[in-house]
Amino acid sequence: MAIDALDDTRTAIPPQMASAPPLLDVRDVSLSFGGVKAIRGVSLDIRKGEIRAIIGPNGAGKTSMLNVINGFYYPQEGTITYKGVPRRRMRPYQAAASGIARTFQNVALFKGMTTLDNIMSGRTLKMHRGFFWQLLRVGPALEEEVAHRRRVEDIIDFLEIEAIRKTSVGRLPYGLQKRVELGRALAMEPDLLLLDEPMAGMNVEEKEDMCRFILDVREEFGTTIALIEHDMGVVMDISDRVVVLDYGEKIADGTPDEVRRDQNVIDAYLGVPH
Amino acid sequence: MLYGCNDKNTLGDAAMESRPHPPEQAEGDTFPKLLLDNARRRADRPAMRQKDLGIWRTWTWAQMKDEVMRFALGLEALGVKRGDTVAIIGGNRPRLYWTFVAAQSLQAIPVPVYSDAVAEEMAFVLDHADASFAVCQDQEQVDKCLGEQERLPKLKTLIYDEPRGLRDYDPEHLHAFSAVQAIGADRLATDPKLAASWERRIMAASGDDPSTILYTSGTTGQSKGVVLPAAGAVAAARDTAAFDHISERDEVLAYLPLAWVGDHYLNYAQGLVAGFCMACPESPDTVQQDLREIGPTFYFAPPRVFESLLTRVLIRMEDASRPKRAMFHHFMRVAKRHGEAILDGRPVPLPGRIAYWLGERLVYGPLKNVLGFSRIRTAYTAGEAIGPDLFSFFRSLGINLKQLYGQTEAFLYITAQADGAVRADTVGPAMTGVTIKLADKGEVLFKSPGMFTGYFKAADKTVEALTEDGFVKTGDAGIFEPDGQLKIIDRAKDVGRLTDGSLFAPKYLENKLKFFPEIREAVTYGDGRDFVTAMLNIDLIAVGNWAERNNIAYASYQELAQHPRVAETIRAHVAATNRALADDPQMAGMQIRRFLVLHKELDADDGELTRTQKVRRAFVAERYAPLVEALYGGKTDCFISTEVTFEDGRKGLIQATVAIHDAETTTSRAKAAA
Repeated sequence: MAIDALDDTRTAIPPQMASAPPLLDVRDVSLSFGGVKAIRGVSLDIRKGEIRAIIGPNGAGKTSMLNVINGFYYPQEGTITYKGVPRRRMRPYQAAASGIARTFQNVALFKGMTTLDNIMSGRTLKMHRGFFWQLLRVGPALEEEVAHRRRVEDIIDFLEIEAIRKTSVGRLPYGLQKRVELGRALAMEPDLLLLDEPMAGMNVEEKEDMCRFILDVREEFGTTIALIEHDMGVVMDISDRVVVLDYGEKIADGTPDEVRRDQNVIDAYLGVPH
Repeated sequence: MLYGCNDKNTLGDAAMESRPHPPEQAEGDTFPKLLLDNARRRADRPAMRQKDLGIWRTWTWAQMKDEVMRFALGLEALGVKRGDTVAIIGGNRPRLYWTFVAAQSLQAIPVPVYSDAVAEEMAFVLDHADASFAVCQDQEQVDKCLGEQERLPKLKTLIYDEPRGLRDYDPEHLHAFSAVQAIGADRLATDPKLAASWERRIMAASGDDPSTILYTSGTTGQSKGVVLPAAGAVAAARDTAAFDHISERDEVLAYLPLAWVGDHYLNYAQGLVAGFCMACPESPDTVQQDLREIGPTFYFAPPRVFESLLTRVLIRMEDASRPKRAMFHHFMRVAKRHGEAILDGRPVPLPGRIAYWLGERLVYGPLKNVLGFSRIRTAYTAGEAIGPDLFSFFRSLGINLKQLYGQTEAFLYITAQADGAVRADTVGPAMTGVTIKLADKGEVLFKSPGMFTGYFKAADKTVEALTEDGFVKTGDAGIFEPDGQLKIIDRAKDVGRLTDGSLFAPKYLENKLKFFPEIREAVTYGDGRDFVTAMLNIDLIAVGNWAERNNIAYASYQELAQHPRVAETIRAHVAATNRALADDPQMAGMQIRRFLVLHKELDADDGELTRTQKVRRAFVAERYAPLVEALYGGKTDCFISTEVTFEDGRKGLIQATVAIHDAETTTSRAKAAA
């Protein structure tokens, strides 16, 4: 039903939205590491409120693209316009402050900390009281913590991870760690959420759960989501638009159906006889 | 043979209602009346708790009455009227429990539905119960209802508790619980007399009306709707609450399926009668933690739960440091020797008492605390026979664990053990007000205060279930021990004989096997056969842990189950079971000759277990016919391909070659002597 509902909204995306300024616009970006060209002149845009997938075979430059978007790498060529403001060089913390959150391909949590503390750490940027106030944990600092804790509890409830609230994440199975990581990203209340292979290494059930969470995130928080994913089925089911990279180049861009039919994509995935 | 606490042979309804009850119990013969009385006499005492966003939230009886009233008046505005059935689908949430009373206050009939039922099963119940309203916990349940909409023309209105994911849904027939309460609140604001008239209507309602319809889990085929009368239900709850001295100071955690008679009786009915506080877990996954935080004083769990708790404790002890392990095992030996005697108030020598006291400080106390059992005054287990060692393990820790025997048709209690008169192999004498007799073949027949009035829309089945003199047939075979305690052997129809005439009680055997932590499920066959065989499921947690410690690599349940070293372990357990059987001349004939470890776990989604996790033996035999054949045909392995259903309803195939093993049997002592 939710999937159906989504279909409705997908077809209902008004054409004028395409002309609206995108949340993020990447123009002719190239990135190389020494002699290795990771991205070659790729352009793509992410519109507000959409689920945008970046797919491609191994080594196609997907993660590099994500790293460019959140400022971890900066491209040698090309421009990036975020929320209408062009930028070329940006540090990851600036990206975070401007509302970009991400999860990682190989989970990057604080393993020794509990689920709760990990997600709480996502609120760091939103905390205003200084170190000493926090240390004292009285008055305004306590109030602030209570308010943030409430938000975090909402996220815990949302992701259905109450049972592991006080478990240190190092002891959790992989699927749950992924969920905690998503929780931490959500705690930032991002405008743009970047998910690097959110479903890698998961079984069918975990994948379905994750799909539902991604769709719910958009519905509940109105977050724009860009995701990298290997599992084609997942991508086609939940994305509004898909961009396909191969050897650092963009070979297709469009709705899941368009991409599915694209000969270049079929060749890239299945190989071409030489 | 007639056993019963009252000496009247005929149980008139009047006799039941006139029995005096303790003065602190709430007054009334329907649940809404009890709610009103509780809201008066213990307005500020806690009635319900729920953990939400990590914090326990509490409602007092007065607040609960208020919540129920607003919801009831909202329901009425939406069109719920006397005689309507209101389906309740979801987990243990305060709002769903309020729905029961709210519907009952309008003289509508609440019908709880198992929330983990697949859409089809659920639709059957909703349709059969003529439900026009359904109160769902969340989107998942709403989706299931909407998915079966075509089969459910009578279902007009859906109400949901948790709004998440439901924003885009058609709002016309779908209402939020809070919105319905808001309608009620509006009505109360515009009409100041409404509250009083709601209460007046409750007080005017008759206790003869149906209180709920509980659908059986369908162990024996399609589930049936058991109609329970209000006054009878309340009377039954009064008896048992008095029997265990349950008062408003008690506290329970409601974690069992809402649709199951056990939860409805022990928590809802007894809670309203005694006025105690019912806590609802934060989510089904947090029950263990919530249990620890709440520390219930009254606890019920099926043997399966105790089994998995014990398995978990033992596994964690295996991983503990050597001194801790030594301490645990030492004090468990002390507990085994003295624990139950101390609990039952029997004489124990002073050194034993001192050792036990020390054990309580060092082992039992902390262990009970971890399990959330520190405050338990009364605990019950029922539903299946419990392994004697398992039973004494918990009792020897000082937990007053007792057994009861009951049925949905009885509104739970038929027999129960009194404090201090507890045994593992019996289920106690008849409960206050219950009369029991045994039919010719040992089938247990009863009459009880909470007895059902019939199956909903199935008069023929009602007639089938009753004897001519109005006793209910339980379908269980039992015998009375000399002290008046009932002993249940098996389902009456399952008790069979081998070709040589020796007794075959499959469940008795299966329970014996399942006591080994490595064996999760057992299915035995032997009726009309030359010898007994068994199909087993290993416990993935226990065996997986063992495999890890022994460097045995495995990728799946299937692979682990067929590992030769696992087979070795299981073979030793089967041999031990056979040795125990050989001790009893009656049981010696049912020793297991051949067994196999199944390549997949038995699952309710595949129909192999019921929703209450009982094995459907005949179905399993049919589904794995080649395996059964191979067990009796002398083959050493057998190829099998099985269709399985995943949780999302998709189907797949599991194929495996299952090894079949011969078991070591022991010559019966009686036979050897002869």
